[in-house]
Amino acid sequence: MAVMTYREALNLALREEMARDDRVFVIGEEVGLYEGAYKVTQGLLKEFGPRRIVDTPIAESGFTGVGIGAAMVGLRPVVEMMTFNFAMLALDQIVNSAAKMNYMSGGQFNVPIVIRGPGGPAHQLAAQHSQSMEVYFYHVPGLKVVRPSTPEDAKGLLKSAIRDDNPVIFIESETLYAIKGEVSEDPEFLIPLGKAAVRRVGTDVTVVAYMGMMYRALEAAEELAKDGISIEIVDPRTLQPLDSATILESVRKTHRAVVVEAGAGFAGMGSELTAVITEQAFDDLDAPVERVTGVPAPMPYARNLEKAKTPSKERIIEAVRKVCYANGNGGR
Amino acid sequence: MAVSKVLMPKLSEAMESGKIIKWLKKEGDRIQAGDILAEVETDKADVEMEAFGAGVLRKILSPAGSTVPVGSLIGVIAEPDEDIAAVASQAGGAPATPAAAAAPAAAAAPEMASRPAAVPPQPRREDPAARTPSPSTGPTAPARVAAAPPAAPATALRPAAAASPAPGDGGRLKASPLARKIAAQSGVDLHVVHGSGPGGRIVRRDVEAASAAPAARPVAVPVAPGVEFEDRPLSQIRAAIAKRMPLSKAPVPHFYVSSEVAMDRGWSLREELNALEGQPKISFNDLVLRACALALLQHPGVNASFQGESIRVFYRAHIGIAVALEDGLITPVLRDVHAKSLGQIATEARDLAERARQRKLRAPEMSGATFSISNLGMFDVTEFSAIINPPEGAILAVGSVRTIPVVTADGLGVGRRMMLTLSCDHRVMDGAMGARFLQDVKRLLEEPLRLLV
Repeated sequence: MAVMTYREALNLALREEMARDDRVFVIGEEVGLYEGAYKVTQGLLKEFGPRRIVDTPIAESGFTGVGIGAAMVGLRPVVEMMTFNFAMLALDQIVNSAAKMNYMSGGQFNVPIVIRGPGGPAHQLAAQHSQSMEVYFYHVPGLKVVRPSTPEDAKGLLKSAIRDDNPVIFIESETLYAIKGEVSEDPEFLIPLGKAAVRRVGTDVTVVAYMGMMYRALEAAEELAKDGISIEIVDPRTLQPLDSATILESVRKTHRAVVVEAGAGFAGMGSELTAVITEQAFDDLDAPVERVTGVPAPMPYARNLEKAKTPSKERIIEAVRKVCYANGNGGR
Repeated sequence: MAVSKVLMPKLSEAMESGKIIKWLKKEGDRIQAGDILAEVETDKADVEMEAFGAGVLRKILSPAGSTVPVGSLIGVIAEPDEDIAAVASQAGGAPATPAAAAAPAAAAAPEMASRPAAVPPQPRREDPAARTPSPSTGPTAPARVAAAPPAAPATALRPAAAASPAPGDGGRLKASPLARKIAAQSGVDLHVVHGSGPGGRIVRRDVEAASAAPAARPVAVPVAPGVEFEDRPLSQIRAAIAKRMPLSKAPVPHFYVSSEVAMDRGWSLREELNALEGQPKISFNDLVLRACALALLQHPGVNASFQGESIRVFYRAHIGIAVALEDGLITPVLRDVHAKSLGQIATEARDLAERARQRKLRAPEMSGATFSISNLGMFDVTEFSAIINPPEGAILAVGSVRTIPVVTADGLGVGRRMMLTLSCDHRVMDGAMGARFLQDVKRLLEEPLRLLV
């Protein structure tokens, strides 16, 4: 084990997988000479050379298409989006080619591609660069969607994504690149896709949250603990496929659930989580599932408004109290 | 913050209007979403009304006591600097004024008092809603309302069944899925569980509290003021008995239990009490009244009335006292006997009996008994059986106190004895229930200091 940043953990995953399998290559804007807009590919050009670390023009649709084609003929490309917001330019390639190729070719072609880069709200990146992009992808059959919250997850899940034979959307976060954590240096350390993690064990309320929201939930847990409310935090890690078993197991224990997402709530991840919990753990619920979501508005640039749009620790606490009937609404 | 309207909520399917019992917040109070703003009386229950908006309760448009249609604007929540004139002016929806609501009640009282002879006794099946104490009814209101303590806090009116639909009325019972599951597992009847969640939703903690305290049934426990009875569903056996018994002795199938009571100590106590200066004279019947009232609280099954589909169990002891008249019999009702001292009972019972003989009783004083006592002791009657006065479930026949030879530990002695015979409605109770009640009455009379504590 070593303590490293989330960025270093991603870098290590790429290095290990490129060393392990020479079919793996990285393609994207500024990934080579500039060593990545967020320095995730630092040192890789020097180590693996320009045939495996490929700089491209600013042309997301083009280089994503190149990646998909390469994957179809047997390579294992890792396509970097400078930010995932730019993946919208490659949406047709991802949705209509990567996701459907295996199905439409009758199984003749898999597309073992990883498309990775940062997404979600960060620090004053404004309306076009702060979007929670996972919602555009987990709806599409044929895509796997990963959102790793910790350095260890970043490494273990990226390695699993590269080894997976399906297209994997792997969305990191600008706000997490610098966080540090213990990471296994074992080159065979993998975290399977579709397996959630219980970040904090509790008894009263299950809070499902990932990425920055998971950290807000941890802060909320500390505060709620002072009032004697114990929350259990489940981080799905992979949104598609979703580890509903772990979430349901927790809800069946606590009987109450709060789901948190940074993006706007309508038809968001929280909606899906709420549906899963309500459909499968209905008789175990003592309160309706509460959603904490971003405000449905474009992300403002102003720092105070950005803060107001994004779910806060306070709003998570409020939701937890509500499902505990500890909000003054009929309880206590 | 937007201006938020406080509307009369629709709290049940059938609810068309609601009466504001009282506001728990006043104008100027700061309100959080979820705060309880007011208590509302609906056709079914008294319900706490939650605030949905946050801000300051700027305006109360419908005062306590008013009855307003569902959806009417009854208040406005807004920030202090917000202009609420436009919203407040939307008040309307023709809510009944408190004056209008209170007027019939106030008008009814003198009318009843002015023509006592012509007014038939009030039907004793009282409408639960009518018995709910309300701030708009003062001491001049009809007796059936005045029977409740006028100052009864409405918050206390939320026991068990109050917040839930009565059995069989088709009302939707709100409970969390988990609460339903736990209730099914632990055998808790959700209809008698008070829901503490939003809108009265029954949640886990409510079921757990209910199953942890199953003995929180009415027996002997001081019941919230204002709650006079509960309707308990008939058991199978009870329903069968209820069907068959009237066939043997229509219309009320009587049975009788008798017991001899040693009145030696009661005799001495009475002599001592009556020797006190300035105290009202206590009769044997007053001792029996007090003993019965206390025992009735312990045995609500005897303080009960057959209602066809259910048995109405009363929480308060209103005792009818049979008074012989020249040409018949009248039974004035002494109310809340359980809450009265022997002195009070003596004074009030004498007053009732005297006015009964003078035919000066008011109509309300002749109805509403939950139990009756008939005493023929003054006629040297040893024992007799009385006929139940429907819809009461039982009546106690009291004989004279006789001085007779009794067997004591030392041999033969002289004792004072009194026969009690309880007539019971078999549709309401069985022999053992009546016997246990009588046993307690006997014990209270044989250890008469219990009547004083």
